[in-house]
Amino acid sequence: MTQAHERNGTALLEVKGLRVSVGETEILRGIDLTVRKGEVHAIMGPNGSGKSTLTNVLAGRPEYIVTEGQVLFEGKNILGLPPVGMDPETRAREGMFLAFQYPVELAGVRTWQFLKAAVDATREYRGLPQLKIREFDRLLEEKLELVEIAPELIKRSVNEGFSGGEKKRNEILQMLLLDPKLAMLDETDSGLDIDALRIVANGVNQFKGPSKAIVLVTHYQRILNYITPDFVHVLVDGRIVRSGGKELAEQLEEKGYDWVRESSDSPAAPPAAKVGA
Amino acid sequence: MTQTLARYERYLSDLRGLPPAGPSWLQQTRSGAVERFSELGFPTARRGNEKWKYTNVGPIANTPFVYPFEASANGLAPADIQRVVPWDDAWTNLVFLDGRYSELLSSPRSADGIAVMSLGEAIASGDPDVERHLAKYADFDDDGFTALNTAFVADGAFIRVPDGASVDTPIHLVFLSTDRGEPTASHPRVLVVAGAGSKSTIIESYVGLQSNRYFTNAVAETVLLEGSQIDHYRLLLESDDAYHVGTARVRQCADSTFTSRTFEKSVGLGRYDLSVLMDGPNASCNLSGLYMTSGTQHVDNFITVDHAKPYSTSRLLYKGILAGKSRAVFGGTVWVRKGAIKTDSMQSDKNLVLSPDAEVDSKPALFIYADDVKCGHGATAGNIDKNSVFYLLSRGIDLETASRMLIYGFASEIIDLVRVDSLRDQLERLFLESLPSFKFEF
Amino acid sequence: MATQKVISRQTGVEDTQYKWGFEFDYESDVAPRGLNEDIVRLISSKKGEPEWMLEWRLKAFAHWNKLGNEEPTWANISHPPIDFQDIIYYAAPKSQKDGPKSLDEVDPEMLEAFAKLGIPLEEQKKLSGVAVDAIIDSVSVATTYQEMLLKAGVIFCSMSEAIKNHPDLVRKYLGSVVPYTDNFYATLNSAVFSDGSFCYVPPGVRCPIELMTYFRINELDTGQFERTLIIADEGSYVSYLEGCTAPMRKTHQLHAAVVELVTLDDAEIKYSTLQNWYPGDKEGKGGVYNFVTKRGIARGKNSKISWTQVETGSAITWKYPSVILQGDNSVGEFYSVALVNNYQQADTGTKMIHIGKNTKSTIVAKGISAGHAQNTYRGQVKIMPTADNAQNFTQCDSLLIGDQCGAHTVPYIEVRNSTARMGHEATTSKVNDDQLFYLQQRGISLEEANYMIINGFCRGIFKELPFEFAAEASQLMRVSLEGAVG
Repeated sequence: MTQAHERNGTALLEVKGLRVSVGETEILRGIDLTVRKGEVHAIMGPNGSGKSTLTNVLAGRPEYIVTEGQVLFEGKNILGLPPVGMDPETRAREGMFLAFQYPVELAGVRTWQFLKAAVDATREYRGLPQLKIREFDRLLEEKLELVEIAPELIKRSVNEGFSGGEKKRNEILQMLLLDPKLAMLDETDSGLDIDALRIVANGVNQFKGPSKAIVLVTHYQRILNYITPDFVHVLVDGRIVRSGGKELAEQLEEKGYDWVRESSDSPAAPPAAKVGA
Repeated sequence: MTQTLARYERYLSDLRGLPPAGPSWLQQTRSGAVERFSELGFPTARRGNEKWKYTNVGPIANTPFVYPFEASANGLAPADIQRVVPWDDAWTNLVFLDGRYSELLSSPRSADGIAVMSLGEAIASGDPDVERHLAKYADFDDDGFTALNTAFVADGAFIRVPDGASVDTPIHLVFLSTDRGEPTASHPRVLVVAGAGSKSTIIESYVGLQSNRYFTNAVAETVLLEGSQIDHYRLLLESDDAYHVGTARVRQCADSTFTSRTFEKSVGLGRYDLSVLMDGPNASCNLSGLYMTSGTQHVDNFITVDHAKPYSTSRLLYKGILAGKSRAVFGGTVWVRKGAIKTDSMQSDKNLVLSPDAEVDSKPALFIYADDVKCGHGATAGNIDKNSVFYLLSRGIDLETASRMLIYGFASEIIDLVRVDSLRDQLERLFLESLPSFKFEF
Repeated sequence: MATQKVISRQTGVEDTQYKWGFEFDYESDVAPRGLNEDIVRLISSKKGEPEWMLEWRLKAFAHWNKLGNEEPTWANISHPPIDFQDIIYYAAPKSQKDGPKSLDEVDPEMLEAFAKLGIPLEEQKKLSGVAVDAIIDSVSVATTYQEMLLKAGVIFCSMSEAIKNHPDLVRKYLGSVVPYTDNFYATLNSAVFSDGSFCYVPPGVRCPIELMTYFRINELDTGQFERTLIIADEGSYVSYLEGCTAPMRKTHQLHAAVVELVTLDDAEIKYSTLQNWYPGDKEGKGGVYNFVTKRGIARGKNSKISWTQVETGSAITWKYPSVILQGDNSVGEFYSVALVNNYQQADTGTKMIHIGKNTKSTIVAKGISAGHAQNTYRGQVKIMPTADNAQNFTQCDSLLIGDQCGAHTVPYIEVRNSTARMGHEATTSKVNDDQLFYLQQRGISLEEANYMIINGFCRGIFKELPFEFAAEASQLMRVSLEGAVG
């Protein structure tokens, strides 16, 4: 295994032996992953390998059933509902952000109201004073510029009538406004043209920093040309079959997913590669 | 009450003339039905009666119909029948004349537990499925027509598909009203038992040969056991003076699939009351119909789907083309009972009104008592979109042809759903031939 | 006629959600219980009505007797039979028995009471830009901004005053849209109506301010039967709003109002309702039976009638604000939010009757059901043979909150014209899980997320309300849903 970096940051997210089912189907079959502050992890894999399930279960989506394993965020258990774990909004307020692969449309809910409510709830949880409308608008304006969203768009209902690219940029806008500790980007690059991809990547790079971590879920290597990962994990059939540095992504691009699949098919292969565990 | 009785005395005296045939359980059922009918009569009082809001059955109640005690082919040859109803020799055809089974014109099928036969014979043979299922689904407690039919139960069709069997040949039931020179009433009865995991295709055709007024009061009961599938077709090709009241009760067990396609082209006053009870989880039904009315015809489709159990799906799509002084009524009701979660239902009724004197009344209702559901309905009525007409004109097509194409296009959405090739071809011809001539105003 | 002094302000019903449930404390004039010809005559004489009015009432009463106490049963609601002889048909604050005078003469207690409801009537504190007619139980107690309206030529007064001061207008239009034979409750109302608002907007006048009637049932066991009549003459415009509340009572109270609207050529009436009668407690005890007939006739060409309603109150709501589109090119609109919680029942919708050519109607109805409540949309669209090129669009959406409630949609579509176009769409579902999760992932609590989505669901309707009341409607919805979401 290639160790790309010295890993001396504080562990932000620790996933241990996570198994997850939807209905009767097991989707994640033992995931181990540790993400430290300052790191960028890319999780790659073919369609249906469980990439989106992983980010959604971390964010607390209700229909997923965790059958085994543990997930700690800053050392605190998050799985399950309070008082054992955290409900989705608490995870969000603690600093876990998910940029959705398919951002939903909210008929009649104005974008501005939605953003303000989210920022208010998060700041209140973190013990910060509520932003005055003028302060909020100033912050919003600044972030809007960064992701190149026209101010008219925030007067509309959330994501309603937005183009695919606008929806994805809206996700990045929310990330910048809410200022989480961990950003999980679920296929944020899919369906983006080259300009939109550059804008999204630019937003993510702005966000990056020693106190932040990023988990990038993607099918293609393309976005990694803009956002350089420290670690690349390959997820196949619900398991991380290989982990490495950014050169792994290049290898994948060249050889395709069959390459990892073949090399991991032997029963002797470890159930999951552990990174820094 | 005495007045009501006088009006229906004709039926009651005919009933007294019927021999008390059949086993005791059937005699009991019948006498219960006679009693109920004499209390109920027909639903002529419509004030506050949502079921009959738009259809007046006064003319049926006021006509003295004669009950034909015997069926007679009367020199009818198979070719005469094939002229008036879609036909394929490859199908299993059963023919009923004025409600009575005609051995001469039928090709019954009984082998390997499959039964496609006269209900009268099935009753006589003491088939346990008949006792188990007959009159168990068509409740006559608040339905005078069903009570009357049940009172007269003597003949009709019995279809049984055993567990796991797949019947590839369509089963065709032809109910023909012959010309008897006076107004007659017939009360055909159909019982279908689809065994677990079975598959079958059933066509019911109601046809008239006579120019006299007559009254067909049909009741069909169908039960789909676990995992079974039925493709059902129902054709209404009665004469323009005929009264037709059809009642169909379908009970679906878990994982079963019921498909119903109704084609209504001619009748004086016609009603089809189809009610599907989704009585097991994961059941699905797909119901659609095409009604084309002209002259002074009145056609009423009263469709009910009752989602009693979770994870069931229903689709309803009915389309009407109205011309002349005709009237079409659509009453679609979808129920979702408490606890029937994950119900997925969509209902739609679309109407083309092609005459200033025609009327459409549509009532697509939803009654929902469970929260985790996805239900919707839609209805449209009116004219063809002007843009479509313009598009065709701009391609050099004349207005009359364009109108015809668009009307047919509207109808073909339903005709295309027919999965029996020879039936689809014949229906296409039948409907295309009788499309009302109409030019969209432009 | 008995006089009684209501001593306590407490009604003995605990309900933290309904904050309008307190009782006014004043002396009232109350008629004996029950209904007979003498009561009808008493009401008429209390109001000093002319003979023609009494005759009309008596005709209605005779007709009601013919109906034999048979209430309509077709609606999807259920309640024990109403004992019409156990209702008080007339109650009036005693100090008001001579009818409303100038505001200076209004009982200060009354002013205080209305201020508590958020409806200040005093000259210096009046709701800006809104003229209010305040009606308690059976009578109008005050009408604000009279002078300003008079200057514009707009008549806005209580029905009692209109009968005295504008008899020709009243005789011409009263019962012209909802005849006294129309339905059981309308007939009852015609016999015993006590007061209500009257408005006439003369030709070419755009009413300079919003008009509002605030209805309040206060007296125990009284029925409220108000009658509202609004006439918009040629080329005029008026926006009218009504709000309603009642104290919390353990017994049911009957409210059977009639509203008639008439628009002549090129005129427009915009009629908005915030209905917040006491809905009963969490177990379904008490609450107002709101059985109301509202109908407008767009009589003139190019005229328009628009109904907007936000219905959150009442134990049972039975109302179908309708438009008869008689004038060519006339327009009818119905925008509705009906919210039921606990054991409330609503069967509400509209009728759009297209008679004139090129008439257009739009129906947007949003239903929300929670708790054990049942909500039915019932609406009729009728396109007559004369209504060439008539158009209707209907959208009905229902949201279910919890698995013990029901949402029902019953449209009646009757089309008798080949050039007409009508389209109806309806959906029913619960609040979408994906939407909730999306909002939660942004740190918004589940409860708040529910409110946001439900508010978004209703937004299209709220924005049809006069600006001042849109926020109030949103707030009302939230209060009514307390405890049902999250």
